[in-house]
Amino acid sequence: EHLGQSIIEAAMSFFGFGQSADIDIVLNDAETRKKAEHRSEDGRKDKYFLFYDGETVSGKVNVTLKYPGKRLEHNGIKIEFIGQIEMYYDRGNHHEFVSLVKDLARPGELTQSQTFDFEFTHVEKPYESYTGQNVKLRYFLRATVGRRLNDISKELDLVVHTLSTYPELNSSIKMEVGIEDCLHIEFEYNKSKYHLKDVIVGKIYFLLVRIKIKHMEIDIIKRETTGTGPNVYHENDTIAKYEIMDGAPVRGESIPIRLFLAGYELTPTMRDINKKFSVRYYLNLVLIDEEERRYFKQQEITLWRKGDIVRKSMSHQAAIASQRFEGTSNPEKFRGHNSEEDTS
Amino acid sequence: MSDPVVADTRRLNSKPQDLTDAYGPPSNFLEIDVYDPQIVGVGRGRYTTYEVRMRTNLPIFKLKDSCVRRRYSDFEWLKNELERDSKIVVPPLPGKALKRQLPFRSDEGLFDESFIEERRSGLEQFINRIAGHPLAQNERCLHMFLQEETIDRNYIPGKV
Repeated sequence: EHLGQSIIEAAMSFFGFGQSADIDIVLNDAETRKKAEHRSEDGRKDKYFLFYDGETVSGKVNVTLKYPGKRLEHNGIKIEFIGQIEMYYDRGNHHEFVSLVKDLARPGELTQSQTFDFEFTHVEKPYESYTGQNVKLRYFLRATVGRRLNDISKELDLVVHTLSTYPELNSSIKMEVGIEDCLHIEFEYNKSKYHLKDVIVGKIYFLLVRIKIKHMEIDIIKRETTGTGPNVYHENDTIAKYEIMDGAPVRGESIPIRLFLAGYELTPTMRDINKKFSVRYYLNLVLIDEEERRYFKQQEITLWRKGDIVRKSMSHQAAIASQRFEGTSNPEKFRGHNSEEDTS
Repeated sequence: MSDPVVADTRRLNSKPQDLTDAYGPPSNFLEIDVYDPQIVGVGRGRYTTYEVRMRTNLPIFKLKDSCVRRRYSDFEWLKNELERDSKIVVPPLPGKALKRQLPFRSDEGLFDESFIEERRSGLEQFINRIAGHPLAQNERCLHMFLQEETIDRNYIPGKV
């Protein structure tokens, strides 16, 4: 009787009449957990649940049978937490740097819709979610009901932010550059490491001006590097162009710079992520003369993401994550951080 | 270390500017005028020359005020020298106007007033653009063109 039933079900499944199920993944803290905006590959901005390194990911998997009363045979039900890097030029190969699995049900059958609890405790999420021009790093939960012919699965994308706190060393950038006997400037930026909502405060001091300058601007350039060795590919993108001077300066003049970063779509600096890609930022100071000739000086800056003020309602893991120093490799080390009440 | 609520956006300290720098003449003064077209020669050997006057305070030029006479082919020579020896993208000259050199024209051909004016203006734009280029300023041919009475076509090319 069982064998006959299986053959009929296989046939029905083949013709699309078989039992099927919808899968739904719901986080336990869906009501309270913050969401973050993230731009997807096609350019759309969507909101996803936001996680930090070390936080537990827990919830429920709802398997709802399409045709109530009919049973669903399966090869096992599981849920995975995956962090992976996908290179656009090599889509088939996903590089998984985090891969956790929890078995929810052994092979058998479901006679009615069922809900399964899951918990991935203190999950390591070493890198920030990133969707770029040639590479994508994403985290997601994937629940799968295994079946003979075709699995049923559902993914829930998550966004991970990596937080840092004020770096111990943050020297200013100060340099004299020029073309001999023609143009000498001294430029200064107040820091070398800026957080994403920071302000670049600086100045350009003219020591020698023997060309006819028309205007000066500062550009923020994002460079995404993918590939290794001879196959390194740099994708440069000018994120911002900000005019800081209109007109011809003379010797001794000092032009101030005040550039608010919060207005631009920036990510933290990402260096050699899992040996697969990097995202670095540069300030490009550009002077343009009356004949449209361009004189420029590029300087790398480090961008980092600052944790929000620690609230009492924040999970303990997130509080620890927000106190990590930018650039340290030891995640356990942190300095005392003033907990402040949310004053809003 | 407590979180500052508002970022410090005060200007960085800078040296006050010397008033003689602020109100003195700029160090980038460079003006070249191409004017006073004169027709030289007789018959079919005639050609037009222009006065090329440069006024500058750039130290790289030996003379701060110089005046020479040049013809169109001298400008062509300069363009070729710069294209060969320097790394700059040399701007275009006004046209060669070969058609105007043919006989039986209804106008004055090469010596037509409006044509000369058009050419004069194009040559003036050309020489100003080049002379202001820091890389062109290093070339001997430019200095010879602007500041020596005659162009020695057998000169030794090089950097100033």
